[in-house]
Amino acid sequence: MSYLRPDIRQRADELVSLYPQKRSAMLPLLHLAQEQDGYLTDEGMAEVAELTGTSPAEVRGTASFYDMFHLEPVGKYVVGVCTNIACLLAGGEELLDHATKTLGCAVGGTSADGLFTLEETECLADCDIAPVVQVNHRYVRTTTPDALDALVSDLRIGRRDDEIPPHGTLIRVRRNGGLRAPRAQVAAEREAAQTAREARAAKETK
Amino acid sequence: MAVLTAPKIVSSRSQYADSHSMSRYLATDGFTALRKALSMHPEAVAAEVDSASLLGRGGAGFPAGRKWSMLRKAPVSYLVVNGDESEPATFKDHYLVEREPHQLVEGVTIAAYALQVSQAFIYLRGEFALGLERLQQAVNDAYDHGALGSDIFGSGFSLDIIVHPGAGAYICGEETALIEALEGKRGFPRIKPPYFPAAIGLYGQPTVVNNVETMANMPWIVNNGGAAFAALGQGRSAGTRLFALSGRVKNPGVYELEMVKNTFRDIIFDPALGGGIVGDKKIKAFIPGGVSAPWFTPEQLDIPLGQDEVAEQASMLGSGSIVVLDEDSCVVRAAWRITKFFSRESCGQCTPCREGSGWLERIMYRMEHGGGRREDLDLLLDLCDNIAPGLSWPPQQTTICVLGPSIPSSIHSAITNFRDDFIAHVEHNGCPHD
Repeated sequence: MSYLRPDIRQRADELVSLYPQKRSAMLPLLHLAQEQDGYLTDEGMAEVAELTGTSPAEVRGTASFYDMFHLEPVGKYVVGVCTNIACLLAGGEELLDHATKTLGCAVGGTSADGLFTLEETECLADCDIAPVVQVNHRYVRTTTPDALDALVSDLRIGRRDDEIPPHGTLIRVRRNGGLRAPRAQVAAEREAAQTAREARAAKETK
Repeated sequence: MAVLTAPKIVSSRSQYADSHSMSRYLATDGFTALRKALSMHPEAVAAEVDSASLLGRGGAGFPAGRKWSMLRKAPVSYLVVNGDESEPATFKDHYLVEREPHQLVEGVTIAAYALQVSQAFIYLRGEFALGLERLQQAVNDAYDHGALGSDIFGSGFSLDIIVHPGAGAYICGEETALIEALEGKRGFPRIKPPYFPAAIGLYGQPTVVNNVETMANMPWIVNNGGAAFAALGQGRSAGTRLFALSGRVKNPGVYELEMVKNTFRDIIFDPALGGGIVGDKKIKAFIPGGVSAPWFTPEQLDIPLGQDEVAEQASMLGSGSIVVLDEDSCVVRAAWRITKFFSRESCGQCTPCREGSGWLERIMYRMEHGGGRREDLDLLLDLCDNIAPGLSWPPQQTTICVLGPSIPSSIHSAITNFRDDFIAHVEHNGCPHD
């Protein structure tokens, strides 16, 4: 019995089949497990272990290395405020401090209503619109306390949900096309193409 | 005055709001270079890139053509594109992936053809949710168009590209750590040698790892020839490059400029570029190539934006990102925040980096927030010297990767140039700017 929802499990199986070695699907699969639950549950990680041919301990050991994976529940919206160099020079620390008041939680904490988790992030690579704020890894480009407050009001009533899906949902564009056929068939096609190329090259040299 | 006559090689579509769409790409010569490349011998394409003298745009600046020529001959090899852009204040690859994703896909396909690789991966920073979606869409578009997949444009050449999301780890920008992450592991850099994944890379197979911007140059180079690219710039720095300008300037942004022809003064002050300092304040210092680079002071504003030109002044052009500090910026706070970053992002394998970064951060914290001591200055420099002996540039290596030796740059620069600011912090028992 799969812990992952049928639609998520189907995408997970597709991902595993893409890679030359299934363990390579580890990070994408963890993103998928996080998409289902908002964070990584033991059950989700156990299924990722099964899909990647690893142990739950290896999955947890890998997941814990990466900042984007949460091993504890988080809010529906994870608000990240950057305070690294370019944002520091633009008031990032002050904006982060303001965010603790607006959201009602400390840095690293979650608001009492479970709606928001606040994070101090490292550079998010959007430094010309500083300080940079992301919600669920979507750039929201709110650089002032007032703009941040307006955004939070919108989020509270779900007004930005098209643009900002719940935490964990990362890539909404499905892979479509490409060499999705079974590996053996792909390998055969590549071999045929290689033979054709060699034949053409041989003809050219003649 | 800034020299702005060079063609836009990687940001030519930036004036279009729909620059990320397939229709715009096809209407602006999209995939013409790939068709041309496929009509050439793969080695001829590689020779064209080699003659362009393109230096890798990731940060180390290694010649792309030479990297390719080092690829060990083997039945299976891989092309991995490094889009894990995480060097603080670097945002050019983010720009390219969101604005011109098809150009990246075409560039990767050209490179894969030149290298005769049938599997490529684009490892993109997980925090780039929109970028990941646009890039996946561009890959889908290319499959639909016959520009990717089996028998591309009827040439017999096949390529599969996997868009692989990272998950938040600066160290995965280091190419061997990136490969570990792509193998589904913690992002620990690999022990050198081998120095290049071209010998032993992904799954132990020969692998070329190139930066996003490096790949984005491929279509133009194929269409216009390597010689035309090499004719731009000067010396070892050929072509144009994306410069990411941020900090206390009026017009921060990404600017594509011909290499060497402009100086730091041009990009920071020219009205068509940075436009000068916010509030017309004085410039205090600037970081020339990402926070790993030693800082420059206003006396160095006339150094040209070229790889060797900056290296000669004991810093680096690195990732092409320039951060400007003005007279009101606190250099102690800036150096503390950069050190905190390295402390958070150290992977923990090597003692000088793991322990050194945390120790330095704690001293810098008390310097900035109260409790700093005069003797801390010597202690800071001594610790820096333990991480990168001699504090020279390029630094001595005491760790597996270059993250460790990058840690001292900001503190060493700040103490060397602004010792009085540190003393003021000690005397004020905290930041005088607060």
